[in-house]
Amino acid sequence: MAEEAGMFTVQQTVGSVLCCKCGIPMAPNAANMCVKCLRSEVDITEGLQKHVIIIHCPECDTYLQPPRTWIKAQLESKELLTFCVKRLKNMNRVRLVHAEFVWTEPHSKRIKVRLRVQKEVLNGAILEQTYVVEYVQQEQMCEPCSRVQANPDQWVAAVQLRQHVSHRRTFFYLEQLILKHDAAAHAIKIKQMDQGIDFFFANRSHGVKFVEFIGKVAPVKSRSDKQLVSQDTKSNNYNYKYTFSVEISPICREDLICLPPKVAVSLGNFGPLVICSKVTNSIALLDPFTLRQCFLDADQYWRTSFKSLLSSRQLVEYIVLDVELVSSEVNIGGSRYGLADAQVARVSDFGKNDLIFSIRTHLGHLLSPGDYALGYHLYSANTNDMELDKHKGLVLPEVILIKKSYEEKRQRKRNKPRSWKLKSLNIEVDETRNRADDEEKVNNEYEEFLRDLEENPDIRFNISLYRNKDYQPSEVASVTDGDVPSIPLEELLADLDLSDEEMVDTERA
Amino acid sequence: MATRLQFENSCEVGVFSKLTNAYCLVAIGGSENFYSTFETDLADVIPVVKTSIAGTRIIGRLCAGNKNGLLLPHNTTDQELQHLRNSLPDQVVVQRIEERLSALGNGIACNDHVALTHTDLDKETEEIIADVLGVEVFRQTIAGNILVGSYCAFSNRGGLVHPHTSIEDLDELSTLLQVPLVAGTVNRGSEVIAAGMTVNDWTAFCGSDTTATELSVIESVFKLREAQPSAIVDEMRKSLIDSYV
Repeated sequence: MAEEAGMFTVQQTVGSVLCCKCGIPMAPNAANMCVKCLRSEVDITEGLQKHVIIIHCPECDTYLQPPRTWIKAQLESKELLTFCVKRLKNMNRVRLVHAEFVWTEPHSKRIKVRLRVQKEVLNGAILEQTYVVEYVQQEQMCEPCSRVQANPDQWVAAVQLRQHVSHRRTFFYLEQLILKHDAAAHAIKIKQMDQGIDFFFANRSHGVKFVEFIGKVAPVKSRSDKQLVSQDTKSNNYNYKYTFSVEISPICREDLICLPPKVAVSLGNFGPLVICSKVTNSIALLDPFTLRQCFLDADQYWRTSFKSLLSSRQLVEYIVLDVELVSSEVNIGGSRYGLADAQVARVSDFGKNDLIFSIRTHLGHLLSPGDYALGYHLYSANTNDMELDKHKGLVLPEVILIKKSYEEKRQRKRNKPRSWKLKSLNIEVDETRNRADDEEKVNNEYEEFLRDLEENPDIRFNISLYRNKDYQPSEVASVTDGDVPSIPLEELLADLDLSDEEMVDTERA
Repeated sequence: MATRLQFENSCEVGVFSKLTNAYCLVAIGGSENFYSTFETDLADVIPVVKTSIAGTRIIGRLCAGNKNGLLLPHNTTDQELQHLRNSLPDQVVVQRIEERLSALGNGIACNDHVALTHTDLDKETEEIIADVLGVEVFRQTIAGNILVGSYCAFSNRGGLVHPHTSIEDLDELSTLLQVPLVAGTVNRGSEVIAAGMTVNDWTAFCGSDTTATELSVIESVFKLREAQPSAIVDEMRKSLIDSYV
């Protein structure tokens, strides 16, 4: 400052004084003692820990951060160094300048860390010193690991997923969704039950997360309960087993529904005879006669919780004799419909009697005379639905077509492998209850599910299909395929398969 | 010779005593040890007086003096002033001064010929110092410290100053004082020199923490090894005898 002001300043040469202990000349410092004497005089690492015991879990390679956090860290990693330094007591007395690992044999169960610390000593002199801390690693299994060791299937949370319908189609679809989102990664056991699947988790939060996931993809109603397993009133510890009961609405895609009068009125005199066109976390309903579409979310649905009038198992095949479009093709909620008047006859009646139905259908854009279609045969259906009786003066149509059928063309392709495949969850099946015909039923349903995937791009939009390596395209197939829907090759994913065998192969190549 | 001692477990002996060539003041302590150490060394040469100043024991920091006089702060009681006048030799002028900075020992460092003072002392005080102590007065700092009385100690033969004093400052000060100076420490590295020791022309008293190295520095710079209370007289007598013969 003096120099800035243009003042004359005397040059200051630092003199030397004798160290007060050993008498060697040195530059004066705060302690007026040479560094060697200062070192011998004061040990700034005094009171700092040189030996520390740390708890290590050999199963999952984690370290205990008291009171009960377990930290995953590799040897010689940044995280382990942070952990080691944090474990030292009294470090607030000194300033830590540097820390590094000293290499030790991994099996020695010793970790050595070299620390450099600074501290103010003797009226303001700052001394720096290096010392080594030895950490002794004591092996002790962490709580989750010891639980797994004792009994790997010990679950804390169970999610009971149920749908009270006669088929398993919904669960085939959910299985693919769960696989795609890896939602059941934490499940320790998955078990197939009657009308549903049970998922078991080691942790309550995993179960809650899974229930939330299901709530996002399906209209569900859930409740949770807990059962006290053990308690320790002294330390206020309570162990519970949690059960989540999740019920999926029984309304499925392609179901025919007769809406209760209340719902029909609240949706603006909608229906009341409607088709369920899509199910996500809400239900999309389509009136096949007016092409109106409505959505019911889970809340709205469970307020009334109606059932379907007829479901996809009761579909009957028809042959289309004549189609006359009433209006042009329209796009409703991403899918196209064309209102048409059609003349159809049941395939089973065809050529036996002259029963022909003149009906109104929403599939006018798809159908042409000679095509096959699937629909509900209300003409002879024996419905004992309460809701149907509540609507006064409702005239039921004789036939409601649901979708076009490719059954005839598929006949030729029967038993040929597909060019794609799906992954599946590792679901345990109770063998004692499984009968042979049951298995066949499940296989048929699965086959139908696969066909649905081929026919509807918006269903397979959410799931992952994988390329089937065993599939050999035949020369004949290309000729006979016709217009049967199939999945384009570019939609398939290559399956990641790491096996030793393949590794050897590639090495040889 | 330099002596190491303690005042009631404190090594700051310069705080509790004042040593000049004509008298020695000692604080009134709980035990006689401190007093008797001075007594054994000095009793047959100069008076050793037990006193308090302003009712306190920190007499070394409150008063300033040499063989010509003694300056006391304004809060010294009349009794103490009278006691000192009675105890000290007649040629020593004892004077109480009206100075705002009452710790005169911290503000003034002097030998029998020169005094260094705090830069903020009154003009009147400066004049009184010059008159009573018979010295030339210089307003100075030592290694940037204005408390010159605390950070240096010098006699007519040498002086010890704050260890951070630069070589240029050391040269300037020794030119002013006309005695050799050295930068050093007492009491195992303490830089408050005057608090840790008290010195006159032939003896010094240091705090008991003072190391052998420090002691040897003190003895050599104050030239205490050859010094005896009678040495000056002997030297004078020799020259006198010379002239007689």
